Amino acid sequence: MTTIVERATNPGEVAVDRAPRFPRRKKGISGRSIAIIVFLSICALFFCVPLYVIATTSFKTMEQIRQGEIFSLPSPFTLDAWWSAWDHACSGINCDGLKVGFWNSVYILFPSLVLSLALSSVTGYALALWNVKWAGTFLFVLFICAFVPFQIIMIPLIILSSGLKVYGSVWGIAIVHAVLSMPILTLIFRNYYKGIPQEIMSAAMMDSGSFWKIFFEIILPMSANILIVVLILQITSVWNDFLIGLTFGGLGTQPMSVVLANVVITTTGEVRYNENMAAALLTAIPPLFIYFVLGRFFVQGITAGAIKG
Amino acid sequence: MPRVQFEDIIKTYGRLPVLKNLDLTIEDGEFVVLLGPSGCGKTTLLNLLAGLLDITAGRITIGDRDVTDLDPKDRGLAMVFQSYALYPTKTVAGNLKFGLSAQKLAKDEVDKRVTWAAKLLQIEPLLDRKPAQLSGGQRQRVAIGRALVKNVDVFLFDEPLSNLDAKLRTEMRLEIKKLHDELKSTIVYVTHDQIEAMTMATRIAVMNGGVIQQFDTPDEIYTCPQNLFVAGFIGSPAMNLRSGRISTGPAGVSAEIEGVKLALDHYPFRTAPKDGQTVVIGMRPEHFSAPGEPVADAAAVFNLPLQYSERTGAEATGYLKFGDGLISVRMDPERITKFRHGEQLAVAFPQIKLHVFDEASGTRL
Repeated sequence: MTTIVERATNPGEVAVDRAPRFPRRKKGISGRSIAIIVFLSICALFFCVPLYVIATTSFKTMEQIRQGEIFSLPSPFTLDAWWSAWDHACSGINCDGLKVGFWNSVYILFPSLVLSLALSSVTGYALALWNVKWAGTFLFVLFICAFVPFQIIMIPLIILSSGLKVYGSVWGIAIVHAVLSMPILTLIFRNYYKGIPQEIMSAAMMDSGSFWKIFFEIILPMSANILIVVLILQITSVWNDFLIGLTFGGLGTQPMSVVLANVVITTTGEVRYNENMAAALLTAIPPLFIYFVLGRFFVQGITAGAIKG
Repeated sequence: MPRVQFEDIIKTYGRLPVLKNLDLTIEDGEFVVLLGPSGCGKTTLLNLLAGLLDITAGRITIGDRDVTDLDPKDRGLAMVFQSYALYPTKTVAGNLKFGLSAQKLAKDEVDKRVTWAAKLLQIEPLLDRKPAQLSGGQRQRVAIGRALVKNVDVFLFDEPLSNLDAKLRTEMRLEIKKLHDELKSTIVYVTHDQIEAMTMATRIAVMNGGVIQQFDTPDEIYTCPQNLFVAGFIGSPAMNLRSGRISTGPAGVSAEIEGVKLALDHYPFRTAPKDGQTVVIGMRPEHFSAPGEPVADAAAVFNLPLQYSERTGAEATGYLKFGDGLISVRMDPERITKFRHGEQLAVAFPQIKLHVFDEASGTRL
């Protein structure tokens, strides 16, 4: 009796009470996939060798480095180079290490993230789901803007930002980042929101009709995937940027990448390779960390638009 | 009271006209079904009423309010969509509550209405679930619930049952009908399914090419279609339509189709037919007599070979070869098995059940 009831509730489930008569053949690894694996391993090695050299060198002492064996493992193993790179490496006349640059980069990152995400998601939402006059033209202009190289508008932007009294501050750099990323991020958001079924928007129009209420209660909760994609794009591009930080940063407000360059290209005294390598790794860690933590969502996010969900 | 009135509605997409000078008045408490094939403008008409599309010219009034230029949320309507359009990130309760967000109600009133709708639609155990965790029928109930909580006088349904399987569709059909009886609200319902239209509507507006072809009760539309389109569209299997020519003689009016003479002397003509006028004669499959049996006042007796037969349990349809084509005849499913393929069957058709249309204009004669 109980089995019948169970079957009635789960008609798709069939209990297996004996060994299958036709077991599936086990698939071995074919020659083709072995070739692919070998090829990919070689590619991976090719990219890993420089990383290996950088990592091992950063843990070596200067004496060991002077012996010139770049592939040898560090002995003795030391974290001194990491500490000095973080705390008292010299960039120009300031010997405060990378930590100044790190905190500057953080102060640049957060305002620029908030600003660019807020601006571009709302603009994308308006362009995709509301009747905006000249929306097509506006999109076209954005599209053109996305392909204007920064170098062309650098000087006018510097003049503009000094007029706004933000030139040379971390705020200035943050605003320039937000403005420059606006076109491409808006296009990304707009295309994502175009994939939201029209009927959901129609229902929301009849239920609420409020631009902000629909955005915050319906649309934004549906944008988790695309927000993560944009977040990763924006974090890595802001963190890895050199040119904007160099041209818009004043003394003491330069981001980590600029401080790193100053540390590495020092011209006085000996070249401290271990410190340089440690400094480079320190600078590269945050975006790497972001990729490892959010990478899974990144792949989900960029494929999410492909299948309507 | 909410009487929905469309006055001289024109809607064009670019240069393409979708609705042409359309007039329609829906009385309070009516269940009106807009029925028509794809692209006939029925969904457009519903969206114009909802305010989701802008009207090109014309006026829409609900009760004594002119809503032509109002925002969708201010029109006092609730709509159920074909794909349900539930908010995927909100729970069922959240979906119902968001339906009330334009009305600025006190919290206990919101809760009261949500509880009421949930109870009415039997979705109380589902209130904390997300739409993705619901089956099709449950989603449909939630979508209806989101419309119900608004407590409006006019409900709009846009093909709400077309995503359900046949069994659920029949159940939900009855349930929507029951809701209408209980709430006594005005319902405008769009569908391309004539069974839904026939079973639920108090009046049906049959649309084609942006024009309302006939607006009448389901019975009237079935028994007395005003033109060729309605005649051909309503009914399954479809009405048999054949062109013929009228001849008026001393023996009375008659028409000839494919060499068969149909007596029309007792047909209730609205306008007197002219001799030689080309007409289309319509005969519903179920009005043919059983093979071999006579009918009173027959227009003609057809002696035709059986080509195919279809049985669907309760009903059976025989297809008889007539001229180049086939005519369908409703038969007794038990008797139809006794006929052999190609057997000559004599079926009679009563005059008063005929439908005669002018071929050029398509209007009923």
